[in-house]
Amino acid sequence: MIEAPTPLPTQASALPRGEALRRGLRANPLLVAGAVISVLVVLVAVFAPLLAPYPADAGSATHPFMVLRPPSAQHWFGTDNVGRDVLSRVIYGARVSPVVAVFVLLIACVIGIPLGAVAGYFGGWLDEALMRVTDIFLAFPPLLLALALAAVLPPSLTSLIIAISVTWWPWYTRLIRGQAASVAGRPYVEACRALGIPSHRILLRHVLPNSITPLIVQVSLDFGGVILTVSALSFLGLGAQDPTPDWGLMVAEGQNYFTTAWWVVTFPGLAILVTAFAFTLLGDGLRDLMDPKRIFLR
Amino acid sequence: MRLAIRDLDVRFGDRQVVGIDELSLDPGEIVGLAGESGSGKSMTTLAVLGLTHTVGATVRGSITLDGTELTSLSQRDLREVRGRRIAAIFQSPSMSFNPVFRVGSVVHGALRLHGMTRGQAAEAASQAMRQVLLSPSLLDRYPLQLSGGQLQRVAIAIALALRAEVLLADEPTSALDVTVQAEVLELIRDLREREGMSVLFISHDLAVVAELCDRVAIMRNGRIVEQGPASTVLSAPKHSYTADLLAAVPRISSAGTT
Repeated sequence: MIEAPTPLPTQASALPRGEALRRGLRANPLLVAGAVISVLVVLVAVFAPLLAPYPADAGSATHPFMVLRPPSAQHWFGTDNVGRDVLSRVIYGARVSPVVAVFVLLIACVIGIPLGAVAGYFGGWLDEALMRVTDIFLAFPPLLLALALAAVLPPSLTSLIIAISVTWWPWYTRLIRGQAASVAGRPYVEACRALGIPSHRILLRHVLPNSITPLIVQVSLDFGGVILTVSALSFLGLGAQDPTPDWGLMVAEGQNYFTTAWWVVTFPGLAILVTAFAFTLLGDGLRDLMDPKRIFLR
Repeated sequence: MRLAIRDLDVRFGDRQVVGIDELSLDPGEIVGLAGESGSGKSMTTLAVLGLTHTVGATVRGSITLDGTELTSLSQRDLREVRGRRIAAIFQSPSMSFNPVFRVGSVVHGALRLHGMTRGQAAEAASQAMRQVLLSPSLLDRYPLQLSGGQLQRVAIAIALALRAEVLLADEPTSALDVTVQAEVLELIRDLREREGMSVLFISHDLAVVAELCDRVAIMRNGRIVEQGPASTVLSAPKHSYTADLLAAVPRISSAGTT
């Protein structure tokens, strides 16, 4: 007869969900830093009117006698070429490009994930057709395609979101497709089929959760990239228009005064850097945290 | 006759990978399907499960389960047969479980899919775990926390809980070490005795086949070159290939003569 199974060492026993998460966070301070800064950026965006010392300066206000003042007690980040408080504009800027980036990435995911998962799991002609479509989009340099689209659409933040989303989704489709195709060939998917589980359920419950991790990492890494793209298009007059306190636009405008007034470019630039960096740390940390093997390592 | 395969022909395009004239499985019988890698053993299991399209192969011929022709069933009806009536266990138990889910959620999911309520599934899962001599508490663990042998027993527990009539065991012990292998084989033998389950046991290990199976079919290049009672085939092979296979397994010379 078979002997009764010996119990596993308690070391390897399943941890309650909360405890596993806590351990994961403790082991990864960079993830915590990234998450904290990301949350701060969101809070700054939400409470901008309370935080900004001169809320009106975020708009079209001008102060002809306060032009290009260096940082001081009144204006911590100095003033720009029409005398607006740079700090206030940087604070309000958290409401522009990060929000655009969120929408772009959301749209890219909503389009990219289902198409990629279906193409990778089912393969065949469907896969061929979808991949050739993404090839067409990927054949253009992304910035150029976004530029062309933004030029056709009326200059506004909505057009900007549409233009960048259109260039962004094919990357996600391909990423998910490759993952889904590799997961679809794993033994547990075959085991699921052998159990009589319907395809759509295998796709949703088994293939997608095992394919999504690289995408989550990619999305958080892309956050900075989208902000930079937004800035580039705004700089060319195709996105945010002048009174809008967009970080990229502020950098573009301040560029002319860089030699004499470094603060006009530096602070919005730093805002882009910190935000992009925080989301990158977040993405990197999430990847580690979501590795199922990690849960059991001490 | 519970499972009968007749004139089965599986092809990738023009290339035939399986051509079986006849292979049958009686209730409570363990039939071994042995042969070298690439001889079509696993494709035969896929054909019985109606899953050859997932690897791009086409099937002709007849596969009947208690008189029901499986090859003419729709995928929808086949899903009722798979798992519920014909269960399968595979070579690498540790990779046959989705690492993201707890073992129990896989077991419950399978039971609920085949018509059990939440309560029934929980009850049946615990009971089946005890039947395969595992603690039901292992259901709360992740696949990575269980050993290969334990996972293979969980896979068998699913088949048990669903009261499958036929178990397709595709190299179920090849990835396990010898002692664990013996336990799993013991369990399969036990199932046949207590539940009357029919087992198609696929293996390249003739020592294991000799020990476990009532009848043996030797496959080569997609064809069955010899079949008959295990004791006869493995002690007095008629086909030269069977003799070659036996000669290739050092351990079989002593095991085969006992």
